[in-house]
Amino acid sequence: MPTTAPAALAFADVTASDSALRRFLHGLPGVDAVGLEARAASLGTRSIKTTSKAYAIDLAISMIDLTTLEGADTPGKVRALAAKAVRPDPTDRTTPTTAAVCVYPDMVATAKATLAGSGVKVASVATAFPAGRAALPVKLADTADAIAAGADEIDMVIDRGAFLSGRYLEVFEQIAAIKAECGDRARLKVIFETGELSTYDNIRRASWLGMMAGADFIKTSTGKVAVNATPANTLLMLEAVRDFRAQTGVQIGVKPAGGIRNTKEAIKFLVLVNETVGEDWLDNHWFRFGASSLLNDLLMQRQKLATGRYSGPDYVTVD
Amino acid sequence: MASAFEYAPAPESRAVVDIAPSYGLFIDGEFVEAADGKVFKTVSPATEEVLSEVAQAGAEDVDRAVKAARRAFEKWSALPGSERAKYLFRIARIIQERSRELAVLETLDNGKPIKETRDADLPLVAAHFFYYAGWADKLDHAGYGANPRPLGVAGQVIPWNFPLLMLAWKIAPALATGNTVVLKPAETTPLSALFFADICRQAGLPKGVVNILPGYGDTGAALVEHPDVNKVAFTGSTAVGKSIARSVAGTHKKVTLELGGKGANIVFDDAPIDQAVEGIVNGIFFNQGQVCCAGSRLLVQESIQDELLDSLKRRLNTLRLGDPLDKNTDIGAINSSEQLARITSLVEQGEAEGAERWTASCEIPSAGYWFAPTLFTNVTQAHTVARDEIFGPVLSVLTFRTPDEAVAKANNSQYGLSAGIWTEKGSRILAVAGKLRAGVVWANTFNKFDPTSPFGGYKESGFGREGGRHGLEAYLDV
Amino acid sequence: MSDRLSVFKTYKLYVGGKFPRSESGRVYEVQDSKGKWLANAPLSSRKDARDAVVAARKAFGGWAGATAYNRGQILYRVAEMLEGRKGQFVHEVAHAEGLSKNKAAEVVDAAIDRWVWYAGWTDKIAQVVGGANPVAGPYFNLSTPEPTGVVTVVAPQDSSFLGLVSVIAPVIATGNTAVVIASEKSPLPALSLGEVLATSDLPGGVVNILSGKAAEMAPHLAAHQDVNAIDLTGATEGDLARELEIAAADNLKRVLRPRTEDFTESPGTDRMTAFLETKTVWHPTGSLGASGSSY
Repeated sequence: MPTTAPAALAFADVTASDSALRRFLHGLPGVDAVGLEARAASLGTRSIKTTSKAYAIDLAISMIDLTTLEGADTPGKVRALAAKAVRPDPTDRTTPTTAAVCVYPDMVATAKATLAGSGVKVASVATAFPAGRAALPVKLADTADAIAAGADEIDMVIDRGAFLSGRYLEVFEQIAAIKAECGDRARLKVIFETGELSTYDNIRRASWLGMMAGADFIKTSTGKVAVNATPANTLLMLEAVRDFRAQTGVQIGVKPAGGIRNTKEAIKFLVLVNETVGEDWLDNHWFRFGASSLLNDLLMQRQKLATGRYSGPDYVTVD
Repeated sequence: MASAFEYAPAPESRAVVDIAPSYGLFIDGEFVEAADGKVFKTVSPATEEVLSEVAQAGAEDVDRAVKAARRAFEKWSALPGSERAKYLFRIARIIQERSRELAVLETLDNGKPIKETRDADLPLVAAHFFYYAGWADKLDHAGYGANPRPLGVAGQVIPWNFPLLMLAWKIAPALATGNTVVLKPAETTPLSALFFADICRQAGLPKGVVNILPGYGDTGAALVEHPDVNKVAFTGSTAVGKSIARSVAGTHKKVTLELGGKGANIVFDDAPIDQAVEGIVNGIFFNQGQVCCAGSRLLVQESIQDELLDSLKRRLNTLRLGDPLDKNTDIGAINSSEQLARITSLVEQGEAEGAERWTASCEIPSAGYWFAPTLFTNVTQAHTVARDEIFGPVLSVLTFRTPDEAVAKANNSQYGLSAGIWTEKGSRILAVAGKLRAGVVWANTFNKFDPTSPFGGYKESGFGREGGRHGLEAYLDV
Repeated sequence: MSDRLSVFKTYKLYVGGKFPRSESGRVYEVQDSKGKWLANAPLSSRKDARDAVVAARKAFGGWAGATAYNRGQILYRVAEMLEGRKGQFVHEVAHAEGLSKNKAAEVVDAAIDRWVWYAGWTDKIAQVVGGANPVAGPYFNLSTPEPTGVVTVVAPQDSSFLGLVSVIAPVIATGNTAVVIASEKSPLPALSLGEVLATSDLPGGVVNILSGKAAEMAPHLAAHQDVNAIDLTGATEGDLARELEIAAADNLKRVLRPRTEDFTESPGTDRMTAFLETKTVWHPTGSLGASGSSY
């Protein structure tokens, strides 16, 4: 049997049966879409300038899970990405490293080797990413494979089909099983693919389901569907981790992924974190960006702040 | 709020607005001094800095302005509606062009955050003129019979809480329907109305159609009581509204009054709780709570009171109070020392009557007029803070057990302007909305405004509606 | 036959669905247009007025909450009942206003038809004066008219029946309840109307009819804090209308000022809209979540 995460104990009754779990999830407070989006938009009007902008840019860089998840990924591509994660701006050694690189399981070993000693983590998607359409033993093997290759973090996808057909306990048990596989060797990020869950009520339910099942992080998206991370769905997930900690004492991380391409957007997400859950989450142990092109924009903005001149794409590395 | 992520000051530039050292009255298309030469100073409530010296209209000036408006009425009312429409469209466009300037000006003179003047006041002002512009040549189809006639000269008195927006609510429908106006802005916020006079000049509006008379209450009284005024429109306190209602008794003056409120914001146990918290905050802290339709009474279902109050307090501690020109400021200055004194005294009374006070932790600037977001718990219907309009950032929290009780408590007020309902149950929204005696009911939202949406109160919150097709009636002889 | 002694009618007030005498025990002599005694009418006191307000307030919730269709049926029922008692009203109106029988019959016919007109309005006024407002945002926004509450009606002094009906029907058609001060010199058609209303399925308290002196009762009703509006049509005596309007300002009653009016003309909607509030309800709409924003 899976080892039980501490938070899970608090919800033993809730997760005892499919019907109890459904009652609990459907009993969570509803989400008014317009109100949620208006709040996210309003926080998006914060004006972050000068010193606070410099702080936010470095923080954002340090929170990036620098990601390549292509069928065309090669060891050369992954090595280049990993090198960039360690030294994002070769011209400025004060630039922080990113939090992690995020790759497919078969690229973990390559990434691990390049990152050795850098402190940058290796995150690997697993569980038949991105669709999640495979049997549990396959998902477990996928996970075990990535961990064996040295992954520090596992980004799993939930079975959206099971979730949308109301088989919540099945989703719960799968997450718990993957969590058990991770044990204390890897932190688990649970991807909901919010664009496929479609409604905010579903995103709130998925957040609680994931947290109760032992997620260390809840993550919006794979980056492979039309709608990925948005300020609104990230705000909603931040509210979920805030409420979960208030209820259980257990802190869970949040990772918006996909679609965050420039500094301005990234800073809006940091404002969401700052004003929803506060500084306890303003750290790459608790908040990440799943992104690739974002990094270069942050670097250009960083150069602008340092020099007073606008930078250009020729002054950051293309990887 | 102490956090690793402090926001550096992000002030909007003052350079976009050029405030003259002095302003006259705007009568018959010209800036003139008051007949008796009186002036008063208008200050920035955030700093107490004197912004300008403004002519103060007396009874003689009121007479002069009403005569100018009367002279202008004949031609203005005879213009084809399509021509009046074009003047109003011009005004709407010029306001959009100058909106940053006007937003900064309004923030300086009123003390409200630039975030609000920029994102709420000014867009609504332009939209209001644009909306009523379109009515000017369609009055035959407005449901008031064929060829409805204007009333004549409208005497309009507006408050300081949304100076330019209230001007728009008054002037746009008046001009669209063919009336001419004499408008008195509030003594603490005369500047945006005087800038509006300049917009009338840029738009080429015929002289005398709009006259602006800064002054105090006596100026307003002289205007309202002037025998050649055909229409009185007032937004302000219920006490002044009553005195206006008395002073026009026995005349043929048509009157609309938009007065005070003590809006109930009702939160049921099945509310979308995070959005409800935002709605409560927006309901009472928008414009420092200096809003007639503020949700100043929170009625929360007893079963979720603790949870909701925890969330609310946590949220209130993130509100940023300070320089209204800073783009990150949520809570600006109280409009005047008089208003601050009134808020302070009512809050002291609340404490003296045994209500439990909680105030958000925020630093108060050393100059200017400020009041930190405050809420009272253990409040009953009998407490003064549950009955009197405070017109400040002070929320009274009451509880209820059943929907019936919520409605009964919400309606237990001499006012009837606004109310809020928070529940995910559609039938409950409709049932409760139907029973509330209030002119505007926001369900799962709060403090939303639109030029197409009629606004106004039941009971002592006044009568008549502003906005929408309904808003035309106040300016037509129907 | 002619030597049979007729049975006089004791005219009584109509308050809360009942027919009380004035609590004051007072009556006054009502004469026809030639000065001949017709009856003694109750001379209502301010306490009768107070009782009438209590009855009207009590009836308000139920009447305002009744379906518009139901209110329409009841107003139509009033017309049916009047049609059956036409003779009595022709007789009373002829005496009250000094009209020929034919002329009085025309007046009564017009009054009956007026009930029919307003019966048809109950479920249409909301569609005419309310509606959806196309706000610039993701909100559903609807304005609906709602009755103001308890309305004091100072009925016309001269048109004792057609004028009376013309001021009562628009007030109650939309769900208000009324405290009516009948024509001082010709109160009998009004008091008889109470009997018709009582047998027309109209809930008690929706219309309350007082006879007596407007100058005595109206100031108390104008100042009454539980009255929401006042129709001053019949307050034509001296400075009374202005005084009542001043008193009405105490709780900001909606005031319909006296005006010259020909009750034989087709009424518009303004007597209804004078005692309607507009309630505007907002609710977020949101999207279905297909693209961009989710739900």
